[in-house]
Amino acid sequence: MQDHGELLSIILTIITASTPLLLAAIGELVVERSGVLNLGVEGMMAVGAVCGFGTALIFGPYVGIFAAIAAGVLLSLLFAFLTLSLVSNQVATGLALTLLGLGISGLIGVGYVGQPGAKLAHIYIPLLSDIPWLGPIFFGQDVLVYFSLALTAAVGYVLFRTKLGLVIRAVGDSHQSAHALGYGVIPVRYACVAFGGGCAGLAGGYLSMAYTPQWVENMTAGRGWIALALVVFASWLPKRVAIGAYLFGMVSILGLAVQTKGLGIPSQLLTSLPYIVTIVALVIISGNRALTRANTPACLGQPFVPDR
Amino acid sequence: MEKEFKMKKWIVAAAALAVGVGLLTASASAAKLKACWLYVGPVGDGGYTYQHDLGRKEVEKELGDKVETKYLENVAEGPDAERAIERFAREGCKIVFTTSFGFMDATIKVAKKYPKVFFEHATGYKQAKNVATYNARFYEGRYVMGEIAAKMSKTGVAGYIVSFPIPEVVMGINSFMLGAQSVNPNFKVKIVWVNSWYDPGKESDAAKVLFGQGADIMVQHTDSTAPLQIAQEQGKLGFGQSSDMIKFAPKAQLTANTDSWGGYYVQEVKKVLAGTWKSQDTWGGMAQGMVVLSPFTNMPDAVKAMAEKSVADIKAGTLLPFAGPITKQDGTVVGEKGKSLSDKDLNSMNWYVKGIDDKLPQ
Repeated sequence: MQDHGELLSIILTIITASTPLLLAAIGELVVERSGVLNLGVEGMMAVGAVCGFGTALIFGPYVGIFAAIAAGVLLSLLFAFLTLSLVSNQVATGLALTLLGLGISGLIGVGYVGQPGAKLAHIYIPLLSDIPWLGPIFFGQDVLVYFSLALTAAVGYVLFRTKLGLVIRAVGDSHQSAHALGYGVIPVRYACVAFGGGCAGLAGGYLSMAYTPQWVENMTAGRGWIALALVVFASWLPKRVAIGAYLFGMVSILGLAVQTKGLGIPSQLLTSLPYIVTIVALVIISGNRALTRANTPACLGQPFVPDR
Repeated sequence: MEKEFKMKKWIVAAAALAVGVGLLTASASAAKLKACWLYVGPVGDGGYTYQHDLGRKEVEKELGDKVETKYLENVAEGPDAERAIERFAREGCKIVFTTSFGFMDATIKVAKKYPKVFFEHATGYKQAKNVATYNARFYEGRYVMGEIAAKMSKTGVAGYIVSFPIPEVVMGINSFMLGAQSVNPNFKVKIVWVNSWYDPGKESDAAKVLFGQGADIMVQHTDSTAPLQIAQEQGKLGFGQSSDMIKFAPKAQLTANTDSWGGYYVQEVKKVLAGTWKSQDTWGGMAQGMVVLSPFTNMPDAVKAMAEKSVADIKAGTLLPFAGPITKQDGTVVGEKGKSLSDKDLNSMNWYVKGIDDKLPQ
């Protein structure tokens, strides 16, 4: 990477910091839209991170990406089986999934600690990537940055412009009615949970292969929880999740940059600022109560047992 | 009838065997000294806890047939710690090393209940008859790092990523700066507090921002290898922390300030074996082998020679990083000429030396 000016390097850092949040959050958004609350995002991210890292060591980061997704899906299917088929409590099972994921990832990763990983390369398009400023920002990121944005757009489109999206939202809003209409509530939810698991795994893989190419225990450092909060504060709307993720990334990076300016702002305040700003901003843009209520999946977290 | 009798015989035999095996293992473990370690992080953190665990393994290697070692990792500071330490004491550990500052009160409390068990608490300041304390003078390594940074930097600016404003960390910043100023009086340092010991993502963000702001050398008092990896990626330089991180940044790491607890642990366990263990406060540095700078790399021979000389001088006691007089940021002067600040002053350090622009969070 060549030398950038301060502002450009800040912008590039913001993009990298926001991408894992966006990936995890957009997945969880689909899960919650289908009426399931999976609090295990952090655990699925950790397992995605370690599986991606390990696979990338042997086969390179592009294969690692798929391993990360697969690991997230597998773990989420365990959650789906427990909560959807065995109708266990979603909150408790989700919390347990986080603990399980963090534990398992530590176990799998014992041999990977202290090993430098394979880093996902930034793309380079001749001429375009060389444009000053715009080049590195728009044509010089790693593929997952573009993928996360495309995925957000795709989720928005599918949820609100297609029949599939309508079915997912119906299942999340009133599983009894959806069931009565003949839609398979449980299969739809299984698919959504798996999608969310894949996204969380991918977000973890982004951490261990693009953000900081290494594996260490607990490297997710709470990002799964931030993603969960983003979904709620964005009132389950993909566009707002993207805004929230980037806002969070922006304020945290600016908080770091401001520290060296000698303004004497306490660093503890700067550290908490991303949380405060993001929540306040998203609450303000969700000012329309009726709209927020309309977007909240009415069956969120409720178990579904079809009556026979 | 006979069948039942046979069955009974079998059971008796099995029971006897079980008791016998139990006795055997009991006697075997009685002959071995149990030494136990309590860790705040996972042994796989590749940093602070990892280094303590290397020390434990060294004890096992050196005194293998005489000791049995145990450890508990990822123990939160607070009530969990107290339970864990008590469990160690009940399980027959003769010496317990509690390796994080936050284990201090729990250690003292359990030590009162178990006067026959010896406790050693790292980085704390409370002692008792059966509680010793130990720490390493990490600042010695940071002084040499400062000298190297001032020689190697083209922009004359280092980025410094730090966790929390505790004396240990402040001491490190000051020592680094004093070392740098001894080479280049106008050397600047840009400081970013990330309020975490360990968050690879955030540490790498901070490194990117600092490099963007004109720093060309990265110093960290956080535990992950992320800042060094960024340095490597951007063709800049940096220093490793806690353990040798050269594998992560073969072209960027100048040296790493590593903790080396093995020698101390072996010595202390040997004392218990010999019955000469006593409570004391150990604050060892380079001379005692507790602070070790990993091989000097990515620098010209002249800089390397300077660094090696400084290390030798610190070991010999002729170079004192905190020799007075030292001008504080606010302009007041502390310390006597040619004498180091006292350990007490160092351990309560809450001020910056002159030349640092950051405002110290209080």
